[in-house]
Amino acid sequence: MNAENKLPKQVFRSVGTRPVRPDGVDKVTGRARYGADYDMPGQLVGRILRSPHPHATIKKIDITKAEQLPGVKAVITSKDLPDLTNGDEDLLAILENCMARKKAYYDGHAVAAVAAVDANTAKAALKLIEVEYKIHKHVTDVDKAADPKAPVLRKDCITEGVSPAPTKASNIAAQSEFGHGDVAKGFKQADHIVERNFRTEQTHQGYIEPHACVASVSPDGTGEMWVCTQGHFVFRQQCAQLLGLDMAKLRVTSSEIGGGFGGKTHLWLEPVAMALSRKANLPVKLVMTREDVFRASGPTSATSIDVKIGIKNDGTITAGEATLRYASGPWKGSWAALGAMTAFACYDLKNVKTTGIEVLVNRPKTTAYRAPSAPMAAFAVESVIDELADKIDMDAVQVRIKNAAGEGTQSSYGPVYGPIGIGPTLEAAASHPHMSAPLKENQGRGMACGFWFNFGGQSCTHINIDIDGSVTLTVGTIDVGGARASLSLVVAEEFGIDYEQVKTVIGDTSTLGYNEMTDGSRGTFASSMSAIASVRKAIDEMISRAAIMWDIPAEDIEWRDGHAHATGKGHANLAPLSIADIAARAGKTGGPIAGHTELNADGAGVSFATHICDVEVDPETGLTRVIRYTVIQDAGKAVHPTYVEGQFQGGATQGIGWALNEEYVYGEDGRLQNPGFLDYRIPVCSDLPMIDTQILEIPNPNHPYGIRGVGETSIVPPLAAIGNAVSNAFGVRMTHVPMSPPRILDALEKAETETA
Amino acid sequence: MATIHIWGALRPCVGGAETIDLQAGTIGELMRLLEEQYPLTEPFIESGIAVSINGTIYQDSWQKSLPDNAEIYLLPRIAGG
Repeated sequence: MNAENKLPKQVFRSVGTRPVRPDGVDKVTGRARYGADYDMPGQLVGRILRSPHPHATIKKIDITKAEQLPGVKAVITSKDLPDLTNGDEDLLAILENCMARKKAYYDGHAVAAVAAVDANTAKAALKLIEVEYKIHKHVTDVDKAADPKAPVLRKDCITEGVSPAPTKASNIAAQSEFGHGDVAKGFKQADHIVERNFRTEQTHQGYIEPHACVASVSPDGTGEMWVCTQGHFVFRQQCAQLLGLDMAKLRVTSSEIGGGFGGKTHLWLEPVAMALSRKANLPVKLVMTREDVFRASGPTSATSIDVKIGIKNDGTITAGEATLRYASGPWKGSWAALGAMTAFACYDLKNVKTTGIEVLVNRPKTTAYRAPSAPMAAFAVESVIDELADKIDMDAVQVRIKNAAGEGTQSSYGPVYGPIGIGPTLEAAASHPHMSAPLKENQGRGMACGFWFNFGGQSCTHINIDIDGSVTLTVGTIDVGGARASLSLVVAEEFGIDYEQVKTVIGDTSTLGYNEMTDGSRGTFASSMSAIASVRKAIDEMISRAAIMWDIPAEDIEWRDGHAHATGKGHANLAPLSIADIAARAGKTGGPIAGHTELNADGAGVSFATHICDVEVDPETGLTRVIRYTVIQDAGKAVHPTYVEGQFQGGATQGIGWALNEEYVYGEDGRLQNPGFLDYRIPVCSDLPMIDTQILEIPNPNHPYGIRGVGETSIVPPLAAIGNAVSNAFGVRMTHVPMSPPRILDALEKAETETA
Repeated sequence: MATIHIWGALRPCVGGAETIDLQAGTIGELMRLLEEQYPLTEPFIESGIAVSINGTIYQDSWQKSLPDNAEIYLLPRIAGG
């Protein structure tokens, strides 16, 4: 298959090993400090009042009684967060979501907030805030919201991306089309066509640590914030803009993070904490409850997807078409566009068309969730491909191999692919022992493929050579899944020193230039690219210092194995200088030694995975258990294979929860019925088998070590792989995720009725 | 002169065309010319447009040159999780 390696074969000394992570001891002994573990002197406790209505105009808010309660230091509403967004539509959406202005758009939407001396006083104050609402009809279902007769959330919502522009407002915020060829012609060439609607319910990232921050804003216009986030530089920028502060005067420090998966790329409560602090003139700590997290942070979209695919008897797919409706909450998103771009990205199709439709609903503001939007699209497309394979009596893997995209394929979202890894993952699946292992009664096996873009972005790193010869790497991308270990390995590799000599830390926003978030699978990819460049600058400097120490030209010195070596004629008697040797003399040879880099780490390269899954279904109860699971994915170069495997396993686990159990359940009243982990059940260890992994290493030609991001793609195939496994067990096509016991039983019953 | 492929949602801003031709040497020049010649694209440029050059996607590198005869696609800026 097309897996050309444009990098020369590299031999690594540190990269590819599996040392213990540097943050491990603190995490298992409780020393690590998360969002809620930091205190500032005199800090107040913040609490937020949330709308109980899914759609209501806020006619009046009276905070007088709350303000008069002893112990209350500040009460704020949207009036304390004026619109300073200067026409920035995305930032205004963040502001409106953090504190409702004229309307509350969903159950849980913040309408006011309190800072008080303790939690009990803050809670009591919330009860004293009087809000007068005018309740409107609401809509929480994506298809119902897209209906022209639905209650319209925003009277100014005119669909973007269609020509001519509609004259009437609707809940369809935007439409995007992708594709090429002629799908009508392609369908005419097909021997078989399958057309179905698939639905996926809204799920939450389910990170264990709730959102938390401590904010302090001084009367002199300076501020600081300690926060659990995936991107403290982005948080600083947006908070400064929303509060009207100078960015340089706001210092944001990221805490350890108990999971993010995209959900901590967005501001939910931080501007509120800052506005409270500014009004109270004291620091304020705000921590979401689990209920707050479910009701008022950002889950992924609920979707409804129509898919039509045609195939020839020889297995050639002749055309693929999909219309993807994604709920984005009350503000315009670009989630359906991402679904439309990724839906058919695994395949080499001559005729393909996808349409993404962004739909406003009275639910929380949707945000990213690990390869955002791709799992739902893959569920629909990969399910239909399995059904077509069955129709032509062709093996499910082989039909995918026959149609797999390769180098030179025009992708379904437009550009022509360079070297990519879908083919090798499929070949590995075909020959994997899992595919031929025997199955028992009520068991089924499914497989599916997944695609994600990955990206890089703005990154800035700093290397310090300490006087004892140890090395500190400071990065601005927070460590979600072991990045400090991986980045230390990369630095050790580039210097030619031991991993134990390197310490990687996450700098606050005043220590480095701007860094984008840890998202898009970019943390290790981008920061390692920058770190390598920083190391190379530090090496250049150490060579200069060695030249001074030896009094020879720098051109006569080369760096290898962590030492400066004199290579010119007449230098044979000069023993190599270690980093410690050079660092010890730094004060006399020019001062501290460092290396600094800022870059745009583009060229992340797209990513593919193939998953294999065995399930066992209890036909009496509908309970479905995953009994064996295998992830095969391209990592480019696995820097720390254990953490790469962890990412593969973590993504698969979240996908399994999404596929089988997880679901936002809204009542007729538009209120969320299950905002807690008892009623919204994520998988726990006892629910899962050991997830097997196979790492493929097809180097990314755009990275010095061939690294690709690995954090997201593994959540893309599980919905479809499990759906296909259930279908193969019982001959029932599952079209609605999650495939919870009631839905499985319904499907089995329908199948029995049809057979009878 | 580079031929630029436009994704669906941006097409109404360029008169419905699937492709446009611009004399741009870099991504930055491309964005400048796009905004000058098609002012309706300004909000999209502000919120972020990704550029695919011969299959490699660039989100920020506006100094990146556009090689002769390169395949260039404008795409929505990609969000990640």
